[in-house]
Amino acid sequence: MNFYAIRSIYIFELARTWRTLMQSIASPILSTSLYFVVFGAAIGSRVGDIEGISYGAFIVPGLVMLTIMSESISNASFGIYLPKFTGTIYEVLSAPVSYIEVILGYVGAAATKSVILGALILATARLFVPYHVLHPFWMAGFLLLTAVSFCLFGFIIGIWADSFQKLQMVPLMIITPLTFLGGSFYSIHMLPPFWQKVALLNPVVYLISGFRWSFYGVADVNVEVSLGMTLLFLAVCIAVVWRIFRTGYKLKS
Amino acid sequence: MDSIISVSNLSKTYASGFQALRNVDLDIRRGEIFALLGPNGAGKTTLISIICGIVNPSSGNVLADGHDIISDYRAARSKIGLVLQELTTDVFETVRDTMSFSRGLFGKPPDPAHIEKVMTDLSLLDKADTKIQALSGGMKRRVLIAKALAHEPKILFLDEPTAGVDVELRRDMWEMVRGLRENGVTIILTTHYIEEAELIADRIGIINKGEIILVEEKEALMQKLGKRQLTLYLQNPIASIPAGLNGFDLELSGDGSELVYTFDVHGEETGIAPLLKLLNEHGIDYRDIHSSESSLEEIFVSLVTEKR
Ligand SMILES: Nc1ncnc2c1ncn2[C@@H]1O[C@H](COP(=O)(O)OP(=O)(O)O)[C@@H](O)[C@H]1O
Ligand SMILES: [Mg+2]
Repeated sequence: MNFYAIRSIYIFELARTWRTLMQSIASPILSTSLYFVVFGAAIGSRVGDIEGISYGAFIVPGLVMLTIMSESISNASFGIYLPKFTGTIYEVLSAPVSYIEVILGYVGAAATKSVILGALILATARLFVPYHVLHPFWMAGFLLLTAVSFCLFGFIIGIWADSFQKLQMVPLMIITPLTFLGGSFYSIHMLPPFWQKVALLNPVVYLISGFRWSFYGVADVNVEVSLGMTLLFLAVCIAVVWRIFRTGYKLKS
Repeated sequence: MDSIISVSNLSKTYASGFQALRNVDLDIRRGEIFALLGPNGAGKTTLISIICGIVNPSSGNVLADGHDIISDYRAARSKIGLVLQELTTDVFETVRDTMSFSRGLFGKPPDPAHIEKVMTDLSLLDKADTKIQALSGGMKRRVLIAKALAHEPKILFLDEPTAGVDVELRRDMWEMVRGLRENGVTIILTTHYIEEAELIADRIGIINKGEIILVEEKEALMQKLGKRQLTLYLQNPIASIPAGLNGFDLELSGDGSELVYTFDVHGEETGIAPLLKLLNEHGIDYRDIHSSESSLEEIFVSLVTEKR
C-alpha cells in the first residue's frame, strides 16, 4: 500500500474543500435550514403527525439524506473531473499508485466532507425542530454508507463526464427527482397503491426509509431491506469503478 | 551494456486506428542524457507516455531499471519523474504544496529540506508560498520540473522542455540537467531542434513516423549531419559538369540551371573559394548563390531513403 499517496490525495482534496468553505459547507447548510423553516416550522405546524411523528421531525432524516446524496455526487465528481479537465491527472496516472489507493484518497476525502456536512446539518436542524435518535449507531452507519456509495457514484460520473454539462446533468436530471420522489417529505404509504409500487423501484426510498428508521423506529420498508439495498448500490459502484480502472476507461488512451 | 530503460518491440495504435509507434526497440544507458529527436507527430510523446504509464501500449514491453512497467509498475514508476510538454499545473495550490503532493503521490515520506533544495535549484524559493495561478508561464514550467524532481527520481523524462521557454530558463534547465546527471540521474528529453540535442545530449535517437531510424553517439551523428549545401543558380544551363571540377562533390539539377555543392562544415576548409574560382575559369557564370544547412526534414528523408 502506498500510504503516502493516499494521504497526499486526501489532504489535497480536503484542502480544496477548505478553500471553498462557503460553497461546500455554508451553502448546503443554508439551503437545508430554509427547508426546515418553510416545511418544518411554517407548513409543518399545519400538517398532522405522520406515523406519530411531528411533520418537522419527520422530514429531518430525509433532508439530511437529500443533501448528503447531492453533495457527495457533486463533490466527488468534481474532485476527479477537475484534474481530468486541467490535465493534471497525468501525475496520478504516472504515479506508483493502484486504483484502490486513488479511490481511497479521492472518495475518502469526499465522503469525509459529506459526513461532516451531515453532522452539521443535523446540528442545525436541532435549532428548528426537536428530534431524537433511537439508534445512533445505525444512524451513523447509514450516513457513512450513503456518503461512501454516493461519493463512489460521483467519482464514476466525474470520470465518465467530458463536459461540465454532463457533470451537472446526472445530479440534476436523475438524482434530484429520485430524492424528491424518494420519500424525503412524506411517507410512501401516503401514496395511492399503484404509486407505492412504483416508488419501490426507486433506490433512494430504501436509503431514506432506513435512515428514518434509525431515528424514530418507523420505516416505509423493512430496515434489513434498506440495508441490503444500500449495500447492493455500494457493490455496484465498486464493480463499475473496478472496471474503469482495469480498462483505463476515459483515463488512458 | 547497462541499460536503465529497455523498450522492446513496442507498438501503439490509438483508438482512432492511427498507428503512432511501430515496433520500437530502444535502450537508454544508465546515467546518460539521451535526446529523442523527431518532427511533430513522430511519436515522441506517445513513447514517453507509454513508458510513464499514461498511455496503454498495444504490444511490446518496457523495462525501467529492470522492472516491467506493467506487471511491476510500482517499482518502475517510483524511479521515474515526468515533465510533460503542456503546462498542466494546479491552479489554487502553492508551489510548496503541489510539490509535497507530488512527493507523497510517488510514495516518499515528507522531506521539506529536499523540497527546498529543488526549489532553490530552480530559482523558485521566493515563490514557494505563491499560488501557481499567479506565476508566469516560465515559472509554471519550473514548477512542473520541480514536481517531477520532488520524489528524487533516478530517471527523468522531459518532453519538449524548451518549447516556448525563455533564454534564462533554458540555460538554467541545461545546468540543472547536467547537475542531475552528475548525481547519477538518467535524462531522456525530446526535441525537434538538432541544435538542442547537439548542445546537451550524450546520445541521440531519431524517430520519424513512429519508427526509430537510428541511435548514435552525438559526435558520430553530428559528423553525419554536418553537411551543408551551396546552390549556384547559373546564368546559362550546362549539359554536364566539366571534368575540371571532378574534385568537388557537385550535382546538377533544375535542367542544368542549378549546380549544388555539398560540403562538410566540420572540414578544414569549405572549398567554396577554390570552387568559385574554378567556375570562373570554366566560364560558368552564376546569378545567385543560396546556402542551406541540411534541415532536419531533409536529414529524415535522406536517412529513410538510405535505409530502404
Ligand atoms: N489520443 C490520440 N488519439 C489518436 N491519435 C493520437 C493521439 N495522441 C497522439 N496521436 C497521434 O499520434 C501521432 C504521434 O503523436 P505524438 O506522440 O504526440 O508525437 P510527437 O510528440 O512526436 O509530436 C500524431 O500523429 C498524433 O496526431
Ligand atoms: Mg510531443
